[in-house]
Amino acid sequence: MVSKGLLTFPSNPSIAATGVTAGPLEKKSPFSSQFDKIYTDERMHLKTNEQGHAKMIEDASMIALSKIDAVPSKADFFFAGDLVNQMTPSNFSASTLQIPYIGMFSACATSISSLLMAALVTDANLSEITLAGAGSQHNAIERQFRYPVEYGSQKPESSQWTVTAAGIAVVTPNRKKTPVITKGTMGRVIDLGMTDPLNMGAAMAPAAMDTLERHLKGHQASEADYDLIMTGDLGKTGFTIFKELATRKEIVVSEKFQDAGEAFYGGDPKFFSGASGAGCSSAIYFSEVYGKMMTGDYQKVLLIATGSLLSPLSYQQGETIPCIAHAVELMMK
Amino acid sequence: MSLFITAFVVGGLISVVGQLLFDVAKLTPAHTLCLLVVIGSVLDGIGWYEPLIDFAGAGATIPITSFGNSLTHGAMAEAEKHGFVGVLTGMFEVTSSGISAAILFGFIASLLFKAKGKN
Repeated sequence: MVSKGLLTFPSNPSIAATGVTAGPLEKKSPFSSQFDKIYTDERMHLKTNEQGHAKMIEDASMIALSKIDAVPSKADFFFAGDLVNQMTPSNFSASTLQIPYIGMFSACATSISSLLMAALVTDANLSEITLAGAGSQHNAIERQFRYPVEYGSQKPESSQWTVTAAGIAVVTPNRKKTPVITKGTMGRVIDLGMTDPLNMGAAMAPAAMDTLERHLKGHQASEADYDLIMTGDLGKTGFTIFKELATRKEIVVSEKFQDAGEAFYGGDPKFFSGASGAGCSSAIYFSEVYGKMMTGDYQKVLLIATGSLLSPLSYQQGETIPCIAHAVELMMK
Repeated sequence: MSLFITAFVVGGLISVVGQLLFDVAKLTPAHTLCLLVVIGSVLDGIGWYEPLIDFAGAGATIPITSFGNSLTHGAMAEAEKHGFVGVLTGMFEVTSSGISAAILFGFIASLLFKAKGKN
């Protein structure tokens, strides 16, 4: 069977529950009432930003598991990632949880690449409970990719604000009255030669477009089939470009098209072009979108998480920014 | 009073150049900083920076271009006394106070405060 990265999950694995944790600043998000836990301290009362980062992923996992009355020892797989070098926050959280683990790196598209892996193992009948998700912690990621926050570097309008949040989904074999994972599209790396790390949205927009186009063509679907088509963290700048690219491909761009990064802080100009980070799409997808599927507001959604696969070193060596987007289709059945 | 105004205007103009390098030329903060240091160093090499300090005072000594000026200044002064080796020893002669102060005050600040994000 040839799939070319187009995935279908005939057993319709369920997202049985989700857990979303967020930092104190994320209280300003219009979606904050949907988050399960908001910490009062940006380091989650721990010594370092990175320890706080791990704690957020761990807590989101525990919250998600508790909603189906499960414990980590009952889980089969844990697919998670973040943006710190070697994904140490995810590694440390996996060390505490003691669930068989593979660290995932698709930058800010990790929310969906993890979910696709969870759907694959569940569809292959290898798992009863799999955890999937991603997180990011503002201070840790700024230090990793840009400048330590204490340096106080200026940011241009096109730059985005890394969110402090983690979102974890519990994937199980099909359950009634929960959103199910029906289809997915694994992204290709798209690099159109952008080099500005403070304008990631523009670099990622073509990758989101490529995945959207492949998904619609490959699965014989139309944008009209969905109640929501939500990209990950293109931000205002990137999302405008994405909509322009979609219009050129004769895709009808309507209100259904949204971007988690643009929406995360409600368009507050203090956050420049909007939110970004592996926790951005995971937090919105697994709280707001998941919630609206449970209440029946959305029947069928397409989530396209976007990630820029640069490293500080590749950027310093003058390399361009390779980008990726992974898509998943969720349905309420 | 006029001294304050010239200092303000000249210092402000140097900062405007930095801001334009950042916003228009799209240089990174690190590249902007290095370029301004190099410009200060070159300007002193051709003898233009000292007159600028005489004219604008702190307006010329406070911006980072002054650090480049001090590097060249120290190197040339020592070179006159000790020849080529003076270039090496003089480079940090004038700038050492600035560098030491940065390390010392950075250390003290890190003992007293912890970095915080926006809230």
